[in-house]
Amino acid sequence: MSTDIPLLRAAALTRRFGGLTAVDKVSLDIHLGEIHAIIGTNGAGKSTLVNMLSGELAASEGALRLRGLDITGWSQVRRARAGIGRSYQRTTIFPGFSLFENCRLAAQAAAQRPWRLWEPATGCRHSADTARRALEEAGLHERGHLLAGAVSHGQQRQLEIAMCLATDPTVLLLDEPLAGMGAEETERMLSLLERLRPGRAMVLVEHDMEAVFRVADRVTVMVNGQVIATGHPEDIRSNAAVKSAYLGDHDAAH
Amino acid sequence: MTRTSHTLPPPPALRAWALPSALPLLALAALLAAPLALTPYLSDLVQKIVIFSVFALSLGLLVGTAGLVSLGHAAFFGIGAYVTALASSDTGPGSIAVLLPLAMLGAGAYALFVGALSLRTKGVYFIMVTLAFAQMAYFIFHDTHFAGGSDGMFLAYRPALAISGVTLVDLELPLHRYYLAAGALGATYALLAALQRSRFGHALAGIRANEQRMRAAGFNTYAYKLAAFVLAAMLAGLAGFLMASKDGAVNPELLSWHESGALLMMIILGGLGSLRGAVLGTCVFILLKEALSSEAIFGALAGRWQLTLGLTMIAFVALMPKGLAGLHTQWQQRRKENQHEH
Repeated sequence: MSTDIPLLRAAALTRRFGGLTAVDKVSLDIHLGEIHAIIGTNGAGKSTLVNMLSGELAASEGALRLRGLDITGWSQVRRARAGIGRSYQRTTIFPGFSLFENCRLAAQAAAQRPWRLWEPATGCRHSADTARRALEEAGLHERGHLLAGAVSHGQQRQLEIAMCLATDPTVLLLDEPLAGMGAEETERMLSLLERLRPGRAMVLVEHDMEAVFRVADRVTVMVNGQVIATGHPEDIRSNAAVKSAYLGDHDAAH
Repeated sequence: MTRTSHTLPPPPALRAWALPSALPLLALAALLAAPLALTPYLSDLVQKIVIFSVFALSLGLLVGTAGLVSLGHAAFFGIGAYVTALASSDTGPGSIAVLLPLAMLGAGAYALFVGALSLRTKGVYFIMVTLAFAQMAYFIFHDTHFAGGSDGMFLAYRPALAISGVTLVDLELPLHRYYLAAGALGATYALLAALQRSRFGHALAGIRANEQRMRAAGFNTYAYKLAAFVLAAMLAGLAGFLMASKDGAVNPELLSWHESGALLMMIILGGLGSLRGAVLGTCVFILLKEALSSEAIFGALAGRWQLTLGLTMIAFVALMPKGLAGLHTQWQQRRKENQHEH
């Protein structure tokens, strides 16, 4: 399923905050058609890494390449328009707008030439169609008219993914999409991720180990800002370093 | 209308109150017909309301639509007025076709500079930085002599518009001033109504709701905010031009932060994010101020109009959290709640 050339390649990405090295020489290859999970204890640097991939945080050192193109110095906006979309750990939506308008506005980002800015927003067929498709992919097409602030937490998380899809990304950075979800909602989200896999590359930061090992094609384990292991889920499960550093207490609980 | 349980509710289209959507047009018609009935004093008062409405609408674009609370908006109003006065000649009336765009461009140019710097900050810092830049402009006009210092300056001739020798508009005539201001308000209102419906307006609303998400979707939010800031300043410059033409004089107080603060009160009173709210709030604020400072109505208390106006504002905001424009929905909500209780 995976191709040999990685879609997104991080080479020794490093981020320092004063004396603290939050992300320490992290190298990652993200392939098309794969869900690449990043796991690690709290404070391992997962969210910092996602923010560096999305462009919200600049790298102190290292390089990031998208399809071989050096994008290390690119702003978040430029990366987003090049196809790197993201969701946030804390739900980041427009609560006062309908689900449809949430997605339509995200889709509008595709056409921002100044002379088009005066066109009526709701008259744009492209952004309306894209929004409808994104809602449908995320399983929200029947709820498009509802206010985003008024739907359930699980649906807001789905909306967050739908808004991301509305920008038509090839790389999806998902920061804890399952946070705070019930069993049924988790199930729905996981099948959504499975459906989205073809044609896209996904980075999944998640705490729910069971979920990670169910959907991930590759797993990277971070401890104290460093990658201690990366590989297929079954290899990670049997990796001694991972066991002692991270999964140890988990296994004991099983 | 009888309310019995077996009759179906009327379809939404009929149930909805049709008047509000026609309200701005009705108001414009009344505005255009008003000079027939107005005394010179009232005509001047209405003109003041009209000019401040343009000014308030421009701040509403920043605060209500884009979510940028500026406490220095009067600077652009004052610059528009000063550009008009400084570019007018002493030998004959200056052309509206030159002075009006010049006033708007002057305000816009300063806004490009102020916005480029201040939009790097957020929230309370943005408020303070816009205030600082406005005070800077205020003191430049107040403490230097090129524009008359603290006394300000007069326009020897009010602007006029002539095409091949035929004077079409002469702002020395009160009626011409009145209609130019009314036309400017109509045009500003129509422009901002179109903006709110446009892709630009929706993007600004998105930035107000959640800037982080807008950036993640690929919007250069800084550029959007700067464009809104400059556009709002240009409209404030238009109001400044009208003010200078109305009074035939300018002074530094046009740029003072009192003016910016009063303007914020007008749009909050009217209801943030609503165009008709901005106009309504301006009307009520100016009429209140006029009434509260009138000795004929309030006697000795008229000298303390700041106090009474302040208390009235507090009462208004406490009773109408959504502003005057939101009263309609506020009442509907209350009625619905009452129905639930019974």
